Amino acid sequence: MNAQLLLKLVGLAILLCVPLTGESFYTELIAKTLVLAIFAMSLDLLVGFTGLVSFGHAAYFGVAAYAVAQLSPKYEAASLWFVMPAAVGISALVALFVGLFVLRTKGIYFIMVTLAFAQLAFFVFHDTPLGGGSDGIYLNVKPTASIAGWMPFDLDNQTHLYYFILAMLVLVYLFLGRILQSPFGRVLVGIKSNEHRMQSMGYLTFRYKLAAFALAGGLGGIAGFLYAVVFGFVTPELLSWHQSGNVLLMVILGGMGNLVGAIAGAFVFTGMQEVFGTWSKHWQLIMGGVIVAAVLFLPGGLAAIPGRIKRSLQGGGSNE
Amino acid sequence: MSDNHNEALLVAKKITRRFGGLVANQDVCVDLIRGKVHVLLGPNGAGKSTCINMLSGDLPPSDGQILFMGKDITGLTAAQRSLVGIGRSYQRTNIFPKFTVLENVRLAAQSRNQQPWRIFSKAQEQKWALDKARACIEEAGLGKKVDWVSGVLSHGEQRQLEIAMVLATDAQVMLLDEPLAGMGSDESAKMVEVLKRLKPTRAILLVEHDMDAVFAVADTITVMVNGQVLESGPPAQIKASVAVQQAYLGSEDSFHV
Repeated sequence: MNAQLLLKLVGLAILLCVPLTGESFYTELIAKTLVLAIFAMSLDLLVGFTGLVSFGHAAYFGVAAYAVAQLSPKYEAASLWFVMPAAVGISALVALFVGLFVLRTKGIYFIMVTLAFAQLAFFVFHDTPLGGGSDGIYLNVKPTASIAGWMPFDLDNQTHLYYFILAMLVLVYLFLGRILQSPFGRVLVGIKSNEHRMQSMGYLTFRYKLAAFALAGGLGGIAGFLYAVVFGFVTPELLSWHQSGNVLLMVILGGMGNLVGAIAGAFVFTGMQEVFGTWSKHWQLIMGGVIVAAVLFLPGGLAAIPGRIKRSLQGGGSNE
Repeated sequence: MSDNHNEALLVAKKITRRFGGLVANQDVCVDLIRGKVHVLLGPNGAGKSTCINMLSGDLPPSDGQILFMGKDITGLTAAQRSLVGIGRSYQRTNIFPKFTVLENVRLAAQSRNQQPWRIFSKAQEQKWALDKARACIEEAGLGKKVDWVSGVLSHGEQRQLEIAMVLATDAQVMLLDEPLAGMGSDESAKMVEVLKRLKPTRAILLVEHDMDAVFAVADTITVMVNGQVLESGPPAQIKASVAVQQAYLGSEDSFHV
């Protein structure tokens, strides 16, 4: 237990040091990865803890990103304290609405219907004035954190923005960890294990799944909001099925049902994109191979590595 | 309502279930009375599981009516029936194999006071649910395995776990689908004791093949053949019935009807 906590704190300490290096490129890259890590954790609530494999999670990411862009005035800064809750609220509401339909299906049908709704959202932003076409929209001015003239931090400052994202990551992590220990969270895990039995014990599982779906949409919205703020523009690509697939891969790579695993999955995924991207034009081919290998040889994902090391150490110890 | 002792809790009136052209249950009537054990007997394929599935809400009847304490519950889902007080165990063990015994039963207990909005409270700190779970585990005779992962328990122990889970939901009507299947004679005897202990305050429907156990606990026996009720009455009447003997009890030839 304590070793685990120590490992997490070391990881956090390293992340805290990143902006101190002064390497602007890497700070932005890690900031982007942290955003994707939040996104992956939000999906893990569905895939890893509730047993709902959503293949359309990018929709809520993208809806929140577009919400920031649309709710911000063209040449002025919007208030962070308005625009962030609004963007997150909108993506949660969209997820609630979509959940009403998709949660009536199961298994492969659920995967397909979540994908279909995400494609629907993609084309809403791609083909209507709402989204500004395939070029997307610029977010000219980042939201301001000022409260009645007092400015606790400045999102235009790269270091401040980095720490703001890191703080959101920690908050989302603690929030999800707490929820999963609650009676509500235990029901979600029960649904993943045996939904039929949960129903026969008197749980109206549809409502629980709907709440989880909306919650995951809202948390994915936090990531989408941050993404728009970091990059300053939004495109329909944010809602594309590639994006849904990527985040699913992060969760699978990291080990489903493990929040730290989801974070690690986001780091490994982005790391592979960067490294293989410099090696070859066909980097996606290499990445595909690595992912297939990971699924074959590391079925529990990255999160299973500590347990394996521990077991092999204990095994070695008993031989001596 | 009549007096508490002979109160008919669950009444099935001529329930029928068709699967396409196949009539799995036809005009089946069952009364479950508080303080009584009602045993459903019949060869494989007689429709016992279909009947119990209709009573529990896992399968909607094609025809007929189901009343719980006088109220029509035919349209209620399994979850809704559980909430009014009808609990069931399954013929094929149906548990949460990765959870501990305690967590399996704690989840069952939690279902009576779900509080889904309390997302910042810890489930493991809900003492009432834990206490109740422990008591039900003890009652079902699994006290020594509270912290075991349920998937590694023996088949018989998993059956006991199922009973503990039904108990934890405060079910007034217990629908038990072959709870003794796969149990050794010691475990069976213990389970029969548990059933006898539970009987006075509940109405129990039992599907069971173990004849010693059946005649040890039954107050009423209904024999089903080919989806229909062949005969229903007290154990002595069933034992003496020529029709039942021909269809089921004595004759080896017709056992596999």
